[in-house]
Amino acid sequence: MNVIETKAPSLETPIALAGDMSAEDRAATVTSVYVYEAPVRLWHWINAASILVLAVTGYFIGSPLPTQPGEASANFLMGYIRFAHFTAGYIFATGFVVRFYWAFVGNHHARQLFAPPVWRGQWWKEVLTEIRWYAFLEKRPKKYVGHNPLAQIAMFVFITLGSLFMIVTGFALYGEGTQPGSWANVLFTSWVIPLFGQSQDVHTWHHLVMWWILIFVMIHVYVAIREDIMSRQSIVSTMISGERTFKDSDPD
Amino acid sequence: MQATETFYDVMRRQGVTRRSFLKFCSLTATALGLGPAFVPKIAHAMETKPRTPVIWVHGLECTCCSESFIRSAHPLVKDVVLSMISLDYDDTLMAAAGHQAEAALEDTIRRYKGNYILAVEGNPPLNEDGMYCIVGGKPFVDQLRHAAKDAKAIISWGSCASHGCVQAARPNPTRATPVHQVITDKPIIKVPGCPPIAEVMTGVITYMLTFDRIPELDRTGRPKMFYSQRIHDKCYRRPHFDAGQFVEAFDDEGARRGYCLYKVGCKGPTTYNACSTVRWNEGTSFPIQAGHGCIGCSEDGFWDKGSWYARLTDINQFGVEANADKIGMTAAIGVGGAIAAHAAVSALKRAQVKNNGSSRAPDLEV
Repeated sequence: MNVIETKAPSLETPIALAGDMSAEDRAATVTSVYVYEAPVRLWHWINAASILVLAVTGYFIGSPLPTQPGEASANFLMGYIRFAHFTAGYIFATGFVVRFYWAFVGNHHARQLFAPPVWRGQWWKEVLTEIRWYAFLEKRPKKYVGHNPLAQIAMFVFITLGSLFMIVTGFALYGEGTQPGSWANVLFTSWVIPLFGQSQDVHTWHHLVMWWILIFVMIHVYVAIREDIMSRQSIVSTMISGERTFKDSDPD
Repeated sequence: MQATETFYDVMRRQGVTRRSFLKFCSLTATALGLGPAFVPKIAHAMETKPRTPVIWVHGLECTCCSESFIRSAHPLVKDVVLSMISLDYDDTLMAAAGHQAEAALEDTIRRYKGNYILAVEGNPPLNEDGMYCIVGGKPFVDQLRHAAKDAKAIISWGSCASHGCVQAARPNPTRATPVHQVITDKPIIKVPGCPPIAEVMTGVITYMLTFDRIPELDRTGRPKMFYSQRIHDKCYRRPHFDAGQFVEAFDDEGARRGYCLYKVGCKGPTTYNACSTVRWNEGTSFPIQAGHGCIGCSEDGFWDKGSWYARLTDINQFGVEANADKIGMTAAIGVGGAIAAHAAVSALKRAQVKNNGSSRAPDLEV
């Protein structure tokens, strides 16, 4: 899992990579690996944007803005908010499907989101190491090209399962409006509503899981920045360039 | 009891002219949403089919379903009771009482074995062997099982029989249980509502008698023709919802202007019923038209979802009354606090490491 193919020159033959490189800089030559392919990065940012739109518009669907003055025919505020929500929902769902497809055709890092190796003892041990790192009990974190095991669990539980839940319940609620016979009603509403008992509980759960995902976003942003500073690899820039750079060349 | 007559025989005997009979048939077709081609079919069915016996039993209930039923205008309930069905047992409506009534029940079950429709209003409580509801000296659940054994189909009238309703609301001390959880081997048509709309009740019965089959049901067992759309979808205040014009309080300008009741807890967007199309009392009005939000009485568990005047409903699993936003917001604030604390500790730790002499801190021993 941790086999790192270095693209940069090895330490034995240090080359001046930049004109202002000091001896100290050279001693810790940066190595990098291409992790996140373009579709993965694109999906990440489209997904982030659609979650933002979905959460804001979704909140205002549950707790609408103050009443609009004037004739009903002159206003369509709730309609526009719902339109934005549904459009972002379609983008979110399409993105998820494309991302799932990419898990098959992309590199092996693209599969991490969908298949945490829960059957591997070593992986669980590293989960523990990561927890210890975040509890300030570990002095030095491990290096990972992809997600660290703890991050992988979080991604799977919050994003993979969370998105799936939101897509299924979201289209079930959407299908209520598009009426029996529409694709959303046939594919989702027809079984999701009876599964929960009635529509009201589907709304409540859809709302709760929005918070579930928002809490993940908070943790995700914090941890990404913290890791970028404190861990041994790049995090934030990796989701822009796709390159994971390492701050040291130690083997583990 | 004489030999079974057809519907038409009975109507003619009661002085209904053929012209009135045909008018009744076309009105019924319209009420059921059927095209003109179905009028002769209905007429033919009523001329040839024997009247279907109906046994109407009452469990834990408030009798509002019966009250609603007898107010049906299209078709008039008098037509349904006197002409269309042979209501052989209904302890609330029948003239007989006591032993006579019970004898009529037994007689119908015996004579029309496998051919009668069992209409259940209310539901059986199962705690204490069903002792919380006694009919004719025996637990209601026994009467229900007995009458259901030879029934052709069962109609669950109202939210009590369909979902449990108020007597099954938390904590449900009598263990009131909807009919479909007690009788599992018969086709059950759920007609929820507290009460159901009169025209929906008579419409379901008319459909079953006319076509000799149960109406098409959705996955939860409700007739699709009356329960496939939400109140919200056909609400006459819907334009105000789309415009974002809401009643904020019951005495505000929005209330006077007839704006959408969403923010004062209307459950129209989550309630499947025909109120906004059929309306009540001969199409006079319905709750939203009267200025009050829908309380979602035809939805499962509507008593247990918190206030009828709040859009976001309560979640009771946490032991406190809180809606999704309160829970989510509390969790987000908690997590935010934890992140801030964690960030502070991280910064301190890092500063500590830096002071110990390296700019490439984390990989070096402190």
